[in-house]
This record gives sequence, structure tokens and C-alpha cells, in this order.
Amino acid sequence: MAIRATNAATAAVERGGGSDAAAPEAGNARPRAAAPTRRAFVKAAVAGTLGAAALGLSGCAQSALAEALAGAGADEGAAQASADVTDTTVKVGIMHSLSGTMAMSETSVRDAELLAIDEINAAGGVLGRQIESVVEDGASDNATFAEKAQKLLMSDHVAAVFGCWTSASRKAVLPVFEQYNGLLWYPVQYEGMESSQNIFYVGAAPNQQIVPAVDYLAEHYGPRIFLLGSDYVFPRTANTVIKAQAAAQGYEIVGEEYTPMGHTDYATVINKIRAASPDFVFNTLNGDSNVSFFKQLRDSGITADDCMTCSVSVAEEEVAGIGASYLEGHMTSWNYYETTSTAENDAFVAAYKERYGADRVTDDPIEAGYCAVHLWAAACEKAGSFDVDAVRAAAGGVTFRAPEGLMTIDGDNQHMYKTIRIGRVNADGLIDEVWASDEPLKPDPYLDGYAWAADLS
Amino acid sequence: MTLIQPARTQRNRLVLAAVIFAALAAAPALLPMFRTTLIARFMCYAIVAVGLDMIWGYTGIMSLGHGVYFGLGAYCMAMYLKLAAADGGIPDFMQWSGFDALPAWWAPFANPAFAFAMVVLVPVAVSVVIGLLTFLHNIKGVYFSILSQALALIMSVLLVGSQQYTGGSNGLTDFDTILGASLSSPVTEVALYYVTLAVLVGVFALCFFLVNRRIGKIFMAIRDSENRVRFTGYNTAVFKVFIYALSAAVAGVAGALYVSQVGIITPSDVGVSPSVQMIVWVAIGGRGTLVGAILGALIANGVETAASESFPDLWNYLLGLVCIVVVLFLPGGLMDLPRVPARIRAWLNRSRLGGGARLSPGDRAPASSATLSGKEARDA
Repeated sequence: MAIRATNAATAAVERGGGSDAAAPEAGNARPRAAAPTRRAFVKAAVAGTLGAAALGLSGCAQSALAEALAGAGADEGAAQASADVTDTTVKVGIMHSLSGTMAMSETSVRDAELLAIDEINAAGGVLGRQIESVVEDGASDNATFAEKAQKLLMSDHVAAVFGCWTSASRKAVLPVFEQYNGLLWYPVQYEGMESSQNIFYVGAAPNQQIVPAVDYLAEHYGPRIFLLGSDYVFPRTANTVIKAQAAAQGYEIVGEEYTPMGHTDYATVINKIRAASPDFVFNTLNGDSNVSFFKQLRDSGITADDCMTCSVSVAEEEVAGIGASYLEGHMTSWNYYETTSTAENDAFVAAYKERYGADRVTDDPIEAGYCAVHLWAAACEKAGSFDVDAVRAAAGGVTFRAPEGLMTIDGDNQHMYKTIRIGRVNADGLIDEVWASDEPLKPDPYLDGYAWAADLS
Repeated sequence: MTLIQPARTQRNRLVLAAVIFAALAAAPALLPMFRTTLIARFMCYAIVAVGLDMIWGYTGIMSLGHGVYFGLGAYCMAMYLKLAAADGGIPDFMQWSGFDALPAWWAPFANPAFAFAMVVLVPVAVSVVIGLLTFLHNIKGVYFSILSQALALIMSVLLVGSQQYTGGSNGLTDFDTILGASLSSPVTEVALYYVTLAVLVGVFALCFFLVNRRIGKIFMAIRDSENRVRFTGYNTAVFKVFIYALSAAVAGVAGALYVSQVGIITPSDVGVSPSVQMIVWVAIGGRGTLVGAILGALIANGVETAASESFPDLWNYLLGLVCIVVVLFLPGGLMDLPRVPARIRAWLNRSRLGGGARLSPGDRAPASSATLSGKEARDA
């Protein structure tokens, strides 16, 4: 087949000046007389378009074209999602990555959100309505997240969406939620520097996780810090914050390294750590890289006694994946651990394990996803409505007795008051609290409360 | 097995293209806004796919790194959109990185004419440099594919690493207006839809024109036997650089249209796996047909969306299954579908003859006649 095509095509070239119509069949192309072809093309296109357009305009008032024609004279941005609420039900969206690299982390958060929905439904629902969930897969892809957000708001008309994990996916859907005035409840700690009135941030702001952890470690282990992170926005921004903090507090940054996402060879980095001999490593590695880093750290003979690390992206689920023996003794900073001792947490852990299996663990983002649904329900009850503007107006001061302790919505920036907890990984793969703030801290996403952060925001 | 492909005339392909374009032109009148913008996104993919078909299907250069050119076009456009949204200030991510003034090379992108020109010129410049370096040194085949894939990886690592200039892994997002028109207004969205459709039709027309000219024969000749073409006196590197740059320019324009409608571009949209996906669309549709590339991009993405909405937990498996079926039973992609009944008949005939291991005279005949036609062509 290849040879045949060769002959034909090469022959055509060799023939040189032959015109198209006269050229023999070459490969798949077989030029015909041009005029009838073009006419057929135009005829088919025009007939098809006119027929379909006529059908569309007469049959479908909801079409994009109709909307554009109607909107030509009206105010821009008139499109607004209105929630699909019946007398007995209300729809909400669940939008996490169920496939791709983030699926491992995000499916657990979805599970927790579905658990919370069932709890609320069993207790009579919200404003007397049962919650119906529409689950969408963001597929670890930012454009897909934006697409699914638009679908949930414009096609399913959900009253609220619980979802996203990575900052990139949140940034991708933010314009969609602002355009259609939707409501996103975001369950993960993040780098701060954001406050959209269409997002409620249920995870920690930097002042509720990173800043106090650095202070705690510097006080207990010494002021020489090595920064290690995956190469993406959260570690880079977190480390920018830490460097400003270190300059102000008199800590010394003895090294700063970034590795690509999914990087697995840490020999060089470990040598650099050894050479710099820091008092502790502040670790913002994400995902699989943690497995390689901690195993290679242990293999090179370095334990937590030799060099302490403090991780802000390693929770119970990741510990289970890495292996507790490699992480034992290392520190983490979060707002919640499975071991957190509150009556609410005992009930939450029992319910989660009963539903999804005794081998499953709970951790900070899972708990935040669970709380997000309850907080939204409480805000709706207070507002007496599912309307986004009404819920937002009512949300400030709404509280929930969360597994991590009392959680309160800060109406100013739509983040949560949260208790900070420094923990240490134990031999069972759970994390024991070694220090906690006396009370839930006010969220400060732009670090306005710190003089040294003035240049950052 | 040698199976002569019944010649599918260009006329049939044109009619199929006309039907697709007609359906796309009518879509905004039939579908709600959300579906319309979704199809606009697929059309951007289709534009890239047509460009890829020119270099892969027609010229035999398999680029596994076309996300780079798509991304360059998209980032050039996104820089303009971001500056339009910043309203004279500097983008938010630069503020946290401690910048108080716009980097000098960002500033000209505030001018839309400059940005639109860069959407084409930057991918062309990069592709010409890459093309000259590789094709002049006769790097081809799988070596070129590997090289192009490395390029895609480098591009995404570079974008993530220079967060203070590119927004890092979050990419560029949160745009407001384009040429003064609000991106969120339905009028702008429908207008952008038709601009995208016009570009798709234009790119298809240009490529269709090219492949039916003499230059198109040279591309196919290069694909089929580059050495012969060189021996007849053609400098094949020049043709390859030209077609590579053309497909890069097309990808850049597609990227620019994509970012204006999807509203976000991130390093993960331009790296290795999206680049491979682009190749998959062309393969699913059918190489070397142009209209197949359009069909492949539209159908593959349409099926992906539909499957992921209906089965959020399982859709990946379904897609995998579809891919396997296409590879196993439709090597020529969807454009091969009309030939399936004939192939099944041939298969049944062979099994009726028993064993089917030996070639029947009937199978051999078309092969020899095709060789003959090649000879005839040369003698003529």
C-alpha cells in the first residue's frame, strides 16, 4: 500500500507542471473538476444552515442565539443562575476530580459531602426540602472544571456547589461563579490572597496554618529553615510568605528547592538538605512526591530526630499512602486530625467509617468538605431562602459545631474561624496533636494583620 | 491483507464538511448558551486538528508537541485579556510576587493589535526555529516525535516555574472584556462563536486548497518517500518547515480563540497529555482527510463530555473502550466507517473459503492494478 501511494505521489511530483485537474490520483486526494464541487458545498451548507436555524428559532426560545438577540439591548451580565427549588427538593452540585491525578484525594472529599447531605436529609432537609446532589467529574483538568461549573449553574440550576481541590481549579471556576452569581464551597487550605464573594473558603487561610507552624517549629527546633516544595502556585506563594515572615522574625532561610509535580528522585535535594543542615524542613511537596521524598530521606539514614520536617500537604490519607514508618515523628500543620477529641468528631469518624469502610481514614480536607455542606445548610436556614444573595448576606456569624470544634463564618472575607493544630505522625499512621491554638483564629487571607506582609498583598 | 481503499472522492468530503459546518452554524439557534460555548471550545480543538492533519496526515510529520503552539497563541491572547481586566494596574499574581510595575515584555500586550499579531507570529517564529534545526538536519520520524514531546514538557515546566510572569500552575484567568465588549455578555459569546466557526471554515478551505495544489502532492510525496522527492531535486526541509509553521500558526489562532471563550489557560492545557490528545482526535477522525480531523475533534470531545456527565465514575473506562475499538477495527478512523460493510463481507468470504490464511486471487488483484496505475502515471 505504501509503495503504491509512493509511486503515485512521486509520479505527480516528477511530472512537474501538470495542472490539478490533469494530475493522477495521488494518495487519497483525487481532485475533481472544481466548479461542481464548490457548488455542492455551498448548496449543502446553505440549505442545512437555513433549515436548522429556522427550526431552532421557532422551536427553542432558550437558545443561545435567542438569548443574544434578546440581550443585545439589555444590560450586560444579565444571565444569572436561578436555583431549581421545588416544594420538596433542592439541588446542589458536587464537583471534584473523580479521575486523573487528583482523584485519589478528591473522591474522599466527595464521599464526605455525600455523607453530610444524607445526614441533613435524614434530619428533615434544609428549609423542609430534601437535598438532591448532581455529581460532576472535574477530571483533574482546569478547563473541564470550568465547563462543569457552567453546566451545574446554567443547566442543573443548583443552589450551591461543593468542590475543587487545587488552586488552579478554583481559579478556573471563579470567573464562572462570579459571572452567573453561583456559590462555591471550597474545602481545602490554600495560599490566600483571594476573597471572592461567590466563594466560601472552608479550609485554612495562611495565617491559620502556615504562619503559626513556622513560628512553632522555629521556637521549638531552631530558626534555620529549609523550604522544599512542588513547583506550583501554593508552595511558591507559601514560601514567599515564609520568606517575608523569616526576614521580620529573624529566622534564616538556608535553602529553597522546587521539584516538578510527580518528581520522584530526591537524592540531590536530600544532599542539599544535608549540606545546609537546617533546623527543620518546611515541606510543601504535593501528592506522590511525598512518598519518594520521605522514603529516600529514611533510606539515607535521616530520621525525624536528625532533621525535623513540617508538612502542610500531608494528612492522614497521604500518611496511609506513604507508610507510617517513614513518617513517624515528623510534624504536620492542619486544623483537624482524625484523633481530634470532640464529641462531634467521634460521631463523624464513626459515621464515615461505617459508610465507607473501617480502613478509611478522615483528614482535614475531608472534614472541611463535610462541614461545608452543614454550613451551607445552616446559612440557608438563617436566610430562610436558597437565593445566593440572601445566603451570602445571612452567612456572616453562622456557626457549626464541627468535628474540629466550633466553626464560624467570617462575613467579611467568607473564610472560616478555625483552630490551628500542630501534630506529629505516630506509628499507627494517625496524627497526634502536640499544640493547638486556644481558640479559633480569625481568617486573614491577605495577611493584613502582619506588618511584614504589607508588600505581599 | 491488502485491501485497496475505494477512492473517496474529494467531493464527498466537501459535502460532509458542508454538513458539519451547517450544523455548527445552526447550533446557537438550537442549543442553550452553555452548550454553545462548549461547542465553540470543540471547534477550537477542531482547528488545531486540521493543522495537525496537514503535517501528520499529509506530510507524515507526527508532532506530539502541538500543545506548545496552541499554548503560545493562548498565552499571547491571555496576556492581552489579563491586562484589559487589570485596567491599567498589574495582574494580581504579580502583586503577590512583589512586582510593582509591569515587566517590559508584558506591556505591549495591552495593545490588542500587537497581541493578535503575536498570536500568529510567536508560534510561527518558534516553529520555524525548531523546524530549521530539525528538518535541515534530517531529523524525522520517531526522533522528531520524541523531540516535539520534550518541547511540550519544557514548555509546561517553564510556564510553571516562572510564576511571577505567567501565573504559574494557576495559569491566566479571570478576564473581563475583549476589545471593550464584556466577555460574559451573550452577544459577545455568540459573536466569538461565529468568529471561531469562520476561522474553522477558513482554515479548512486554505488546507483543502493547498492539498489539491501541486504543493499538496509534494507533501504527500514527502510522507510516502522523502528520499525520492529529494532525489528529484526538491529541498524537502523547506516544505516541511513551511507546513510545520503553518500548522503552528493555525494552532496559535485556535489557542487564542480558546482562551477568549473558555476563560482560562494553564500549563496543564499545553503540556504533554493535551498534545497527545490532539493527535488522538486526528487518529479517531481519520488521517489525511481534513474533514476527518474536524469530525474527530468534535466527536471525541462531544462523547467525552456526554459520557462524563452521565457516568462521572465510569466515563474514563468507556472512552478507553472506544479508543481500543477504533484502533483495532477502524485504523482509518471514522472516515473509514463507510468501508466497514465491505470489509466485513471480505472477512466473511475469507472464512467461508476456510482458514483464510492464504491470499485469494481476488485479494491480490487490486494490489497489482494499483501498482499498475502508479506505473501508468509515471509513464504518462
